[in-house]
Amino acid sequence: MQEFIQLIVSGLANGGIYASLALALVLIYNAMGLVNFAQGEMAMFATFIAFTLIDRGLSYWIALPLTLVIAFAGGVVIERVVIRPVERAPVLTLVIVTLGLATLINGTAGFLFGYSPREFPSPFSVRAVNLLGAFVSYRDLGVIATSAVVLVLIYALLQRTTLGLTMRAAAYHPEASRLLGVRVSWMLALGWGLASAVGAVSGIMVAPVLVLDPNLMQTIIIYAFAAAVLGGVESPLGAVVGGLIVGVTVNLAGAYVPFVGGDLQLAVALAIIVAVLVVKPNGLFGRATVRNV
Amino acid sequence: MNIAMQRLRSAPPRYWLVLVVAIFFVGLPTVVTSFQSSEWTLVLIFAIVIMGLNILVGYSGQISLGHGALMAVGAYTSVILIHRYHINYLVTIPIAGLLTGVVGFLLGIPALRLSALYLALATFALAVVTPSLIKRPVQLTGGVQGLFIAAPDPPQFAKDAFGAVTGGAVMTSDQWFYYVTVVIAMVLFWFAWNLVRHRPGRALRAIRDREVAAASSGINIAGYKTLAFGISAFYAGIGGALYGLTSGSVYPDSFPLALSLALLVGTVIGGLASIAGPLVGGIFTFWLPIVSGQFVASQPWIPAQIAAVFKNAGPAVTYGALLILIMIFAPNGIVGLITSGYAFLRRRLRRPAERETGQAQPDPETV
Amino acid sequence: MAKTGSRFAAIVASLVTLVACGGAAGPTVATDVGVTSNSILLGSTMPLSGVAVTYATIAGAEQAYFTYINNQGGVNGRKINFKVVDDMYIPAQTTSLTKQLVESDQVFAMFGGLGTQTQTSVRDYLNSKKVPQLFVTTGATTFDLDFGKTSTADSSIKWNYTIGWQPPYQGESRIYAKDVLANHAGAKIGVLYQNDDYGLDYLKGLTDGLGSNASMIVDKESFDATAPNVTSQLVKLHASGADTLFIFAIPTPTITALATVPALGWKPKQIYINSVSNVAKYMQIAESKGASMDGAISVAYLKDPTDPQWASDAGMQLYKTVIANCSTCDANNGYNIYGVAIAYTMVDVLKQAGSNMTRANVFSIASSQLNESNPFLLPNVTVKTTSSDHFPIMQEQVIQWGGHAWHLQGSVIDERGTIK
Repeated sequence: MQEFIQLIVSGLANGGIYASLALALVLIYNAMGLVNFAQGEMAMFATFIAFTLIDRGLSYWIALPLTLVIAFAGGVVIERVVIRPVERAPVLTLVIVTLGLATLINGTAGFLFGYSPREFPSPFSVRAVNLLGAFVSYRDLGVIATSAVVLVLIYALLQRTTLGLTMRAAAYHPEASRLLGVRVSWMLALGWGLASAVGAVSGIMVAPVLVLDPNLMQTIIIYAFAAAVLGGVESPLGAVVGGLIVGVTVNLAGAYVPFVGGDLQLAVALAIIVAVLVVKPNGLFGRATVRNV
Repeated sequence: MNIAMQRLRSAPPRYWLVLVVAIFFVGLPTVVTSFQSSEWTLVLIFAIVIMGLNILVGYSGQISLGHGALMAVGAYTSVILIHRYHINYLVTIPIAGLLTGVVGFLLGIPALRLSALYLALATFALAVVTPSLIKRPVQLTGGVQGLFIAAPDPPQFAKDAFGAVTGGAVMTSDQWFYYVTVVIAMVLFWFAWNLVRHRPGRALRAIRDREVAAASSGINIAGYKTLAFGISAFYAGIGGALYGLTSGSVYPDSFPLALSLALLVGTVIGGLASIAGPLVGGIFTFWLPIVSGQFVASQPWIPAQIAAVFKNAGPAVTYGALLILIMIFAPNGIVGLITSGYAFLRRRLRRPAERETGQAQPDPETV
Repeated sequence: MAKTGSRFAAIVASLVTLVACGGAAGPTVATDVGVTSNSILLGSTMPLSGVAVTYATIAGAEQAYFTYINNQGGVNGRKINFKVVDDMYIPAQTTSLTKQLVESDQVFAMFGGLGTQTQTSVRDYLNSKKVPQLFVTTGATTFDLDFGKTSTADSSIKWNYTIGWQPPYQGESRIYAKDVLANHAGAKIGVLYQNDDYGLDYLKGLTDGLGSNASMIVDKESFDATAPNVTSQLVKLHASGADTLFIFAIPTPTITALATVPALGWKPKQIYINSVSNVAKYMQIAESKGASMDGAISVAYLKDPTDPQWASDAGMQLYKTVIANCSTCDANNGYNIYGVAIAYTMVDVLKQAGSNMTRANVFSIASSQLNESNPFLLPNVTVKTTSSDHFPIMQEQVIQWGGHAWHLQGSVIDERGTIK
């Protein structure tokens, strides 16, 4: 029983990691109806920027907001330079462009920063706290808490501000939005900038828990995809809930399902993605869209 | 005889191009080293897989980021049949293709329900999971240790023919296998070409461009889409089997995510929905890592700093950058660039009569 | 129309000529392939990019040593040319590139190829062509253990030209087994291992080393290299009652594992860490993540560049001189002293070959006539092979972690002859 509770608690902690990156994925999806394969790499790169700033002597609390600003700017630049020329291209083109972006960013990070593992500080202590007889570290709790805060901010932005409404309108029906005077292109850039910043937050929270190297987000992105798909790709709440569920499921499956064992945990994420997409493509919190013929 | 000669002369230039390419490939091993022939074997293997992927992506409009997994199915089928059941390696190739084709067809069924983006996601996840899935049934796949097979010996008739043409050179296993690959590639190329020229090709293109309209004209969408998956998997399976045979071994890590991505990239860069594209794609897929890694580093006229960048960041950065640039500037791939360049030139060089009427000659091969 | 015909014929003719001229000429016949009067050409495939790029620095270190030797006039008047190509850790690439090195570049021997799957994939080929596969950079036991055996795929090939260098993983975990039996008699062992040849090799050595006491292992949990964390595995190990934890994983999962253990409220009495991941810097990162590592045990056979006790040691000073030849190498990285040490053995073999610079002779020395005291290895560790023992290095010393550094314990432990 003890083991079971520990697995769930740890699963929630791991799930927090997936949720934090999934939030960035959800933002981009809300901005342009696309899943960004490069999200993880962008988050990793932003984390390395933070690492470099701290390494050069900046205090953590100055480096952090500075990195968010840089990440935001980077996201906007990427959208303007790389995505804008192919904005209206078919899905395949966009998928390939984001894949190319992912490879490019990963290679650049590897070249600039090397592949050795690095230490990354966290405002949360490493001590573990006893929760219902199970242990979880403050850092892991910090990841979940930060994700919750980001979730609230995103929700507020998207649902409660005009800007958020404009962004969603631009994604949903670009032509009509243009007719209404919306600068659709810049909404897209804004979406990318915000997603990039959210990704940076994810990376900064995750790096102290895992190990900072260019491959930091390589497998996390798949679990984040699973989380976003499970929760409904356009719902920030879905991303967080989805992340927590994925974290717990993967842990439990790894421990109790002999077929999965410790080796096929990633396959569990794949199974979740496929199952959700086939059975209920809109996920837990997404809305069903009707396609007009 | 006269009619034949007339047909020959009025054949469009691209038929001559095909002939030239065919001669090039058939004659290659007689003039280059055995090792270089083996490199071209890999180019053709990639071209075969990309041909299949092209049918899926270019003609039926479905994305797959997981064709490396299908290659793995083909490769392991072939090697397991040889290793455990001692079946002749040539026989295993079509078996591997058919088995993989069935797997692909089955995969195509849930794929019907997924929109383009989600299909990309699902196949991406499949590609990442593939090495782990292979490791699991250790009894069957040999797990992490992989499976090995002996290099096939050229049969006597081939050795004699090769010796006769080259004035006595002994045919190596690599050269023999190169010819096996060339023959298979030609057959598969011919099959794909006929497929897209006729009804199935038109149906697929209709589905790709205007699915709803295609459905209303009575085309069996589900049938054709899953068929496309099955056929592209068949090609991937054959390519995979050849891949395993030419390497002499298969390991779970022989089919990483990078392979699946490289295949899709090769397809797009070669040129979607074109028949020549896969060959260009195969060349690109095979040579890019080598060129960016070694060639650049060894050229004295490239400054050391830049060479070092290529060497270390190498394929990753080059891939990524090239991909993005090509998608932005040449979304129809290299073949697309060439055909539009060619069309541009033809318009410029049109004979006066055509220019006046403003009508171009109808192209007999609207692909 | 006739013009069209001849034009195309001309194009075809020129294409064929182009190919014929571009193709390489036939191989030059030489008694010692890759050896000229003033040079020796060695080839290697290493992951200079891709997933295993952390090890790429080893190539730079090896080159640094060869440059050092070349600056002194080379080996018996011959300079060493070292051609390293990037196989990205993918076996199919390794096969292709190795063939290129052998057939196109005509190397004398392959040296220091990195990776288990990558090197086993070319073992048959190299042995069939009698090209020495020298000192592969991996601890997979098969390279030493299966010397002389017949290939499983092609019964006409014997593995007579392949030899490893570093202590095999099974040898290392046998030493751990000895340590457990000697110092922790009633231990309940939990093993976290990577689900690949690496982790499985270590596990086998541990199980074999424990022998009849193998039941001391109360639980073993595997994980895949693609896993972002090993939490569920550690939870199960903790729940099994294990009080002695073995971690057989590459650096990144080792660090996360060490950090996760205390986060689960677990304090094992003893932790064992494998030698590939025991780099001091990684251990310090783990500590910053909350791992409590004091008392953890590992083994070493190389001198650690960050250990102050070797500061004025002649071998270490030589290493520092040599590594300066590599501008991208970090002198404190243990992988680099590995590279210099293995290159030292390579040069040693070439020196011993003297004027009989044939592949057969060089390989014979490497696999059966080595008796080398290597300045970069710990004192009392010898690189030795005989006609019946093809395990070059089989001695390691236990190290224990304390005060943010590793400390050598006791004396060198010899495992020669234990792996059959």
